[in-house]
Amino acid sequence: MNGLRGLAWLLALQSIGELLSRGLSLPFPGPVIGMLLLLLALQLPLVREPVAVCANFLLSHLSLLFVPVGVGVMTHLGVIGQYGVRMLVVIVLSTWIGLAVTALALHWGRRKTDA
Amino acid sequence: MPDFVQLWVYLSATPLFGLTATLVVYVLAQAAYARLQQAPWANPVLWTVVTLASVLLATGVSYPTYFAGAQFIHFLLGPAVVALAWPLWERRAELLKRWRVLLLAALAGGVAASGSALALGWAFDLPTEVVLSLAPKSVTAPVAMGIADKIGGIPALAAVFAVITGLVGALSGKYLFNALKIPSNATGWVARGFALGTAAHGIGAARALQVNADAGAYAGLALGLQVVLASLLIPLAFRLLGG
Repeated sequence: MNGLRGLAWLLALQSIGELLSRGLSLPFPGPVIGMLLLLLALQLPLVREPVAVCANFLLSHLSLLFVPVGVGVMTHLGVIGQYGVRMLVVIVLSTWIGLAVTALALHWGRRKTDA
Repeated sequence: MPDFVQLWVYLSATPLFGLTATLVVYVLAQAAYARLQQAPWANPVLWTVVTLASVLLATGVSYPTYFAGAQFIHFLLGPAVVALAWPLWERRAELLKRWRVLLLAALAGGVAASGSALALGWAFDLPTEVVLSLAPKSVTAPVAMGIADKIGGIPALAAVFAVITGLVGALSGKYLFNALKIPSNATGWVARGFALGTAAHGIGAARALQVNADAGAYAGLALGLQVVLASLLIPLAFRLLGG
């Protein structure tokens, strides 16, 4: 029951987020506003307990949720055939750059503050 | 066997097919991943996507037909993004204490990933709308689609790029961090997890979560931060540059 109540909270906050995003033409997508609202709402035990159950379930299966979009790769075989190798090189290199910069910034930053 | 063909034609056209196929293939891929001691190359998302796309292409079932069923899983990405507030809230004490370092690392990593994707995309002479779809690739797929739409990219392509980015991070992160001499101790796990969440969003975070609990929590935190930063800064940067 708590899981279901948690899902109801998540969907309600996402809906409010969508309304705010569209109504006020905010730069954030609806779910992001919903996330910020939930961050505030988690102060309340009424929200916290059910959301904890549902959030842990959803987030532990997060990678499954990317499968439907990922399969969409098959609809772009034309672009991929034409630019596939170059696109892959760009994605791989920029991902490594992003990973390296973040990890090193945090590693050095933390060593400095810990020292 | 005409009966079988008829049944297949009927079944493959119902939403039940897309939903069932996605879940069954993923559960099998997950089991194989566990048996292979969670080797990075055995990533369940990668093999599920490859298997499903091959089956659909081989049997001639169209993507929209598949998606009619798979959309029920896809839909959960929205509430999952909302749910990211939970790992943030759980680590709020740590977050308040170290927010400057974390914010700086998230900003540096996000800018480096997006900036290098744009620069490399242009250097490699890719079409403009493809390059623009590359900009939000470090953000979780549904948010990447929204950002791509705002700056003139192709949302569907942006989502695919985001998934591939996540897979690259999940598959190669370990080796990259080892090469950079990021240790596998308490501080090292934080840096590894946070980097995976920043540059490889949910798929990187899922990998981090399987490897180490701290790494997973920081990956969730980084992924939430990146969603906020990217949806604010990428459209803003393009508005300023575009005039």
